[in-house]
Amino acid sequence: MVQTWIKMRRSWELYLLVLLPVLYLIIFQYIPMFGVIIAFKDFNIIKGILGSPWVGFKHFNELFHSPNFQLLLKNTLLISLYSLLAGFPVPILLALALNEIRMGLFKRSVQMITYAPHFISTVVMVSITILMLSPHVGVVDKLLSSLGWSSTNFMGEPKLFKSIYVWSGVWQEMGYASIIYIAALSSVDPSLYEAARMDGASRFKKIIHIDLPSLLPITITMLILSLGNVMGVGFEKIYLMQNSLNVSTSEVISTYVYKVGLLGANFSFSSAVGLFNSVINLILLVTVNAISRKVSQNSLW
Amino acid sequence: MLTNQTIREPFGDRMLLVFIYALLGLLTLTVLYPLLYILSSSLSSPSAVVSGQVWLYPVEFSLKAYQSIFKSSQLMMGFYNSVIYTVVGTLINVLFTVLMAFPLSQRGMPGRKYIMILMMVTLFFSGGLIPTYLLVKNLHMLDTRWALWLPGAFSIFQVIIARTFFMSSIPLELQEASQIDGCRDTRYLWSIVLPLSKPILAVMTLMYAVGHWNAYFDALIYLRSEHLFPLQYVLRNMLILNAADPEMLANTAQSLRDQGFEQVLKYALIVVACIPVLVMYPFVQKHFVKGVMIGSLKG
Repeated sequence: MVQTWIKMRRSWELYLLVLLPVLYLIIFQYIPMFGVIIAFKDFNIIKGILGSPWVGFKHFNELFHSPNFQLLLKNTLLISLYSLLAGFPVPILLALALNEIRMGLFKRSVQMITYAPHFISTVVMVSITILMLSPHVGVVDKLLSSLGWSSTNFMGEPKLFKSIYVWSGVWQEMGYASIIYIAALSSVDPSLYEAARMDGASRFKKIIHIDLPSLLPITITMLILSLGNVMGVGFEKIYLMQNSLNVSTSEVISTYVYKVGLLGANFSFSSAVGLFNSVINLILLVTVNAISRKVSQNSLW
Repeated sequence: MLTNQTIREPFGDRMLLVFIYALLGLLTLTVLYPLLYILSSSLSSPSAVVSGQVWLYPVEFSLKAYQSIFKSSQLMMGFYNSVIYTVVGTLINVLFTVLMAFPLSQRGMPGRKYIMILMMVTLFFSGGLIPTYLLVKNLHMLDTRWALWLPGAFSIFQVIIARTFFMSSIPLELQEASQIDGCRDTRYLWSIVLPLSKPILAVMTLMYAVGHWNAYFDALIYLRSEHLFPLQYVLRNMLILNAADPEMLANTAQSLRDQGFEQVLKYALIVVACIPVLVMYPFVQKHFVKGVMIGSLKG
C-alpha cells in the first residue's frame, strides 16, 4: 500500500500527461454513452436530457412495428455480409500471390498501385463510381453498349446497388487490407520452406501447407472484428451513393438514423435505433469471439 | 562434375508462377485503369469525352477545365479550410495520442490498467450519432471549427500502435540510465522517446492527416456556414449533388457548356482533390507496412 503510494507520487508527471486525454475520453465518449438514455425518454430540447420524461421502451416498440424495420434490417445485413464474403478473401489471395514473387520493380509497382485507392476520399470514390457508371457517357456503359447491351442507368437500378457498393469497396481496399497478411507471411520461419523444398513440395503445396496455416491466426482475428461490425455498414459511402431510385435497397440503419434523427430532429427515436444497432453488434462480437475461443483458441481478449 | 546449370523448377511450379504474374498484372490494371481514365478525361476536350473517344490517353488536349476550377472561390475556400482542419486537427491528434500512449507504456505507473480499460471500453460501447451531436451542441461547438477538431481527438488504434512501439522498441536501459542521471518522465519523453519514435510518429501523422483531409461526415453534421466548409463537403455538392459553382462556368462559352463541359470539370475536380494525398503517398508508403505490422502485434 505504502509502496503504491510512493510509486504514484513518483509518477505524478505521468498522471499530468495523461490528464488531457482522459478528460477527452470522459467528455466526448462517456458523456454521450450516458446520453443514450434519451432512447428511453421523450427528449425535449428545452427540458434537456435529464429533465425529459421517461417513456420506457416506447421508441423501441415503434421501431419494431414500423413497416420500414424489416427492410432496414435486411438491407443492413445483406450489404454487410455481401461485403464480407466478397471483400474478405481478396486481400488474402493478393497477399499469397505477392508472397510468391521476388522483390523487384514488378512487386513494388503492384503494391504501390493497389494500395493507392485506399487514400482516395469517400466523396471522390463515390464520384468516380458514379462517373464511370453513368449512362451514355460513362466508360462502363460505353463498353457494354459497344458489345450490344442496351444502355443502363446503373446507379438507378435497385438490384445493382449492393454489387456496386461492395465491388467498388473491394477495388478501393483490397491492396491496403492485404498489408497485414503480407506482414504475417513475411514472418514465417524460412526453414519451413527449406524443409518443404527438401521433401519435394511443389509451390502450390507450400502455399496450402505453410502459407495458409500461418495466416490462420490473423485471419481469425480479422474475421471476428468484421463479424462484430456486421451492423455497422459505412454510413458515409452509402449515404453518398443513395438516390431516390435506389433507396429501396440502399437504406440501412445508419442512414435512417441520420435522416430521422438529425434531418427530422426526432432525437429520441433515432437514438433508440442507434442503440439497437450497437447492442446487436456487441452481442455478435462477444458471441463470435466466444465461438472462436472454443474452436481455435484464438480470441480478441 | 559440377556445372553452373541451376536446378530448374518443375513444370507445375512455373505454370503457377505464370498464373500468379498474370493475376497480379490484371489486378493492377483494374486498379490503375479508372485512375488513368479520369486523368485523361480531365485533360481532354468536352466533345471528345462526351462522344466517348477517350479510352486511355487524352483526346484533343485541353487545360480549360483546370483553368475554370481555380476561378471558383467556393473551391478555394474549401481548400483553405481543409488545410486548416488538417494541420490543426493532426497536431491535436498527435499530441493527444502521445500523451495517452506514453503513460500507458510506463510499467511503473500504478493504475495504468484502469486507464487502459477506460479507453478500451469505448471501442465496444459508444453513445452513437445523436447523443454525440447533442453534446457538441450543448458545448456550443456547432458550426465552429472546434466541432471538427475535438470530438475525434485521438484514435484508439493509433494509441495502441504508439504504446506497443514505446514498449517494444525503446530499450528499458535507456530509461534506467536517464533516471539515474536525474531525468524526469516528461523530459525522458521529450528528449529520448520522441526522437527515437520518428518512424511511428511519421506514419501516425500521415494517417491522421489523410483522415482529416478526406473527411466530410463531420462537416455534414456539425457545420452550417458556407465559409467553414472543408474541401470534401464542397466537392460533394459539386460532384454528387451536381451544384456547380457559377463562377467556374462564368467565362465559358455556352457552346462549350452544351458539349458537356461540366462533365470534364468533374474529372478535373477529382484530380485536383486527389493531388495533395497522392503526392505525399510514395514518400511514406514504406512506413505504412511498418505501422500495420506494429499494430498487429499484441501489446
